[in-house]
Amino acid sequence: MSTTQADMELFDAELEHVVLRPRSWKLPIALTFFTLVAAAGFCLTTPVDTISKVAIVTGNRWLGTLTMNLPSFISILVLTIAMACLAGFTWWITSARIYNLGKIRLASLIGILFGTFFVLSFLLWAVAGKTGALQFTSLLSGALFLSIPLIFGAMAGTVCERVGVINVSIEGQLLAGAFLAAVVGALTKNPWLGLLAAPVAGALVGCLLALFAVRYWVDHIIVGIVLNVLVGGLTSYLFSTVLTRNQDVFSMAVKLPTWKIPILSEIPVLGPVLFAQNALVYIMYVVVIALQIMLFKSKWGLRLRSCGEHPRAADTVGIKVNRTRVINTILGGAIAGLGGAYFTVANGLAFGKNASDGRGFIALAAMILGGWKPKGALVAALLFGFADNLQMSLSAMAVDVPSQFLGMVPYLITIFAVAGLVGRVHPPAMEGKPYKG
Amino acid sequence: MKLELRQVTKKFGDFVANDSIDLVVEEGQIHALLGENGAGKSTLMNVLYGLYAADGGEILLDDVPVHFSGPGDAMAAGIGMVHQHFMLVPVFTVAENVVLGTEPTGPLGLLNVQQARGIVQEISDKFGFDVDPDALVGDLPVGVQQRVEIIKALSRHAKILILDEPTAVLIPQETDELMEIMRQLKASGTSIVFITHKLREVQEVADTITVIRHGKVIGSALPTASQSDLASMMVGRDVDLGVRSRNSTDGGVVLEVNNLDLADEEGRILLDDVSFTVAAGEVLAVAGVQGNGQTELAETLIGLRKPTGGEILLHHYSSLQPDDASDQGDQQVTTTENLTGKSVKKVLSSGVGFVPEDRGKDGVVHGFSIAENLVLDQVDSAQFSRGGSLKMKSIASNAARLVEEYDVRAGSANATLGTLSGGNQQKVVVARELSRDLSLFIASQPTRGVDIGSIDFIHSRIIQARDNGTAVLIVSTELNEVSSLADRVAVMYNGKFVGIVPPDTQRHVLGLMMAGVSHEEALAQAGRGTTSEDTQAGAAS
Repeated sequence: MSTTQADMELFDAELEHVVLRPRSWKLPIALTFFTLVAAAGFCLTTPVDTISKVAIVTGNRWLGTLTMNLPSFISILVLTIAMACLAGFTWWITSARIYNLGKIRLASLIGILFGTFFVLSFLLWAVAGKTGALQFTSLLSGALFLSIPLIFGAMAGTVCERVGVINVSIEGQLLAGAFLAAVVGALTKNPWLGLLAAPVAGALVGCLLALFAVRYWVDHIIVGIVLNVLVGGLTSYLFSTVLTRNQDVFSMAVKLPTWKIPILSEIPVLGPVLFAQNALVYIMYVVVIALQIMLFKSKWGLRLRSCGEHPRAADTVGIKVNRTRVINTILGGAIAGLGGAYFTVANGLAFGKNASDGRGFIALAAMILGGWKPKGALVAALLFGFADNLQMSLSAMAVDVPSQFLGMVPYLITIFAVAGLVGRVHPPAMEGKPYKG
Repeated sequence: MKLELRQVTKKFGDFVANDSIDLVVEEGQIHALLGENGAGKSTLMNVLYGLYAADGGEILLDDVPVHFSGPGDAMAAGIGMVHQHFMLVPVFTVAENVVLGTEPTGPLGLLNVQQARGIVQEISDKFGFDVDPDALVGDLPVGVQQRVEIIKALSRHAKILILDEPTAVLIPQETDELMEIMRQLKASGTSIVFITHKLREVQEVADTITVIRHGKVIGSALPTASQSDLASMMVGRDVDLGVRSRNSTDGGVVLEVNNLDLADEEGRILLDDVSFTVAAGEVLAVAGVQGNGQTELAETLIGLRKPTGGEILLHHYSSLQPDDASDQGDQQVTTTENLTGKSVKKVLSSGVGFVPEDRGKDGVVHGFSIAENLVLDQVDSAQFSRGGSLKMKSIASNAARLVEEYDVRAGSANATLGTLSGGNQQKVVVARELSRDLSLFIASQPTRGVDIGSIDFIHSRIIQARDNGTAVLIVSTELNEVSSLADRVAVMYNGKFVGIVPPDTQRHVLGLMMAGVSHEEALAQAGRGTTSEDTQAGAAS
């Protein structure tokens, strides 16, 4: 009993004790690295007397177009100093174990600010001394347009994974949608009918995914990859046989209209970016908002999510788990198929081999980065779209960076973003696990 | 509603889980279904609930034969079930979980959250459950989650409620409260099927008892039957329910843990200033409700997690050589190893044995043979391998010896481990760990999912290790196990040690401590009202 007594006294004497949280130095190290990149890569390589021209189309009849001539070196220096301050600040908050400012997570806030500064300094460096101005507004509106397939794909992935089916075949669904939209559009000479056909093609691919993944319990990722190869092969075959032999019919591309929404498109800067866009962009707005609400606030969404989180619990309250999974996997396929229309009827292009060009995989990354939520996936997809457009705009301006390197940027962002942030979000608990009743 | 099962049979391949079972549950009765782990109780209820299709027999409700093709049918017929593993979605709120499948909706199929809340609130108020409809289920303690399950069943107008091992996850006070709830439900006309293997609870609350063994009905009993009669019906032979002798020797401290802290990346505190010692030849049992840091404590000690503060010291004793000892009397030489933040391999090789909590996940490789599993942690020792190749003969002889010594029931030592019963698998793990020369033995839930015969055997081996001078640390949520093995009992709550008390401490004092009440306070409360009925009255009012 003597030990017991001693232990008891120990507890009585216990003072205020604080358990320290483990520190992660990833953020300060990363920010310091990128600050050095900005300092050495952008700041020091810019001659002092160059000018960076930036043009902002406000879209407002009174403001018109603003063109700014910024002194390159000074601007970049200011941005680099700001980045250095942020980096130093993260060293301090990490060592002092400060995580939040009120309700805001400091790491996210700093990350967003730092990223913005870094991108701005890169842009100013890239256009330093160039005669053409950086078209800021078209950079953004182009980014939004380029994001369409990523957003639709990410929405498809979100629906499928929330119900418990891993959808790696987004790529194939986009491609199938692109193909059928082009074919139907060309045959009927009506882009709207093409647009209607796109989700049908995606849904067909979704049917196959559901059949093998849900009905026959094949590993979801393997089915997905096989479907991508299948759709790729099938569309290429049909392209080189049917489409190229009847060029007079099928090279006739139809295009969805671009609509300028009255009043809204007059909002300075945001107006031309958000409300003077292709018709498919407006459909995208509707889809994202509807999904965000319905997934989390409706009976359909509740049942769908219960099948992905705890299918047995769903079963014990009478929800047909596998039927729910099949239906929503097909729905997901249809959403991705609709996004596929981007590559053909939204752009006014005829179908070309491998039109989707890997966008389906980036969409998958956007879904993960967005935490399996429509609004998160939207933001992530816009980020990737921006990186894409940056590459295209800069190579058009003949910037001194090989376009291949710029082309890698979105993918690098994808890897870093997914690796750095994925630990914090949780996928649906039972995704990819067959439910055997 | 009256429930009757006639000749219900359920087979899984060649294995007969339920063999022609007859059962009658009268309206407004609490009918206990008593049986060991694996006796077929849960299978039977899953058949009744429509989760499994029966291979034979029929189910009658109020003397009308019914057929359920899924749980939806069973629910519609008025059967509700609270599963052993809760059928709740952790990321949903209480209200969402309760209405799932029968959602009140408004326009566009949007949930009517207000109405869902009302459903929860109404039942919660009626039975005094005190459940917040908007809380996320994953954030709630298990006792409250169980009430959510009951609310869920009642909201679907269940006339027959099946409770599958409902007390397995509860502390004694919560168990008492649950029994009070069962009595209330009974009074309101609900029939209850109460599945359990705990004799005390059966005697306290049941109206009728049916005992099941190896998938067959062995017989019925009344709650007035003695515990040992019930136990021998359940197990099929006489069972010694007695408590083992205590250790009295004063060994030196082997494990010394000082101010151990553990937090995860998100800043959740898992261990908070934990300090204790375990001496050679004693068993320290860590009791507590699942999820209060015991698992993490064991994992930190073994090196699976890196502590964020504090230290773990292992003291080794060796007798002095006569010439050294001449001027120091009979003192022993103590060498101390600091195991804080060391790798698992280093910790194991310092003479620490470890039985993990989740046998299937961390303890064994199902696809390997018994012989291979018995050397998993020692394959790079000179005894079992040279260079990169295994010494098959010595692995085989090691297996033959341990299988014999630990009474592992299997065709041969080359049998795949996955084909063994839970009890025999656990014996393999215990044999592997205890076959090494240990100074400290850590066992997490050493008898979880193990039959009574094997429990007995494993307990006796642990006691034998203790008597041989090994320091033993047991983590267990089973109070029976704690009180039958421990020389001292440490109670954990919220990552802290609430206190270390003698093993003969009263059950409800331990229960209060498991809810975070200090030992003195728990004793004082116990002094005010010693019987569990009093505590209940207090809780209900």
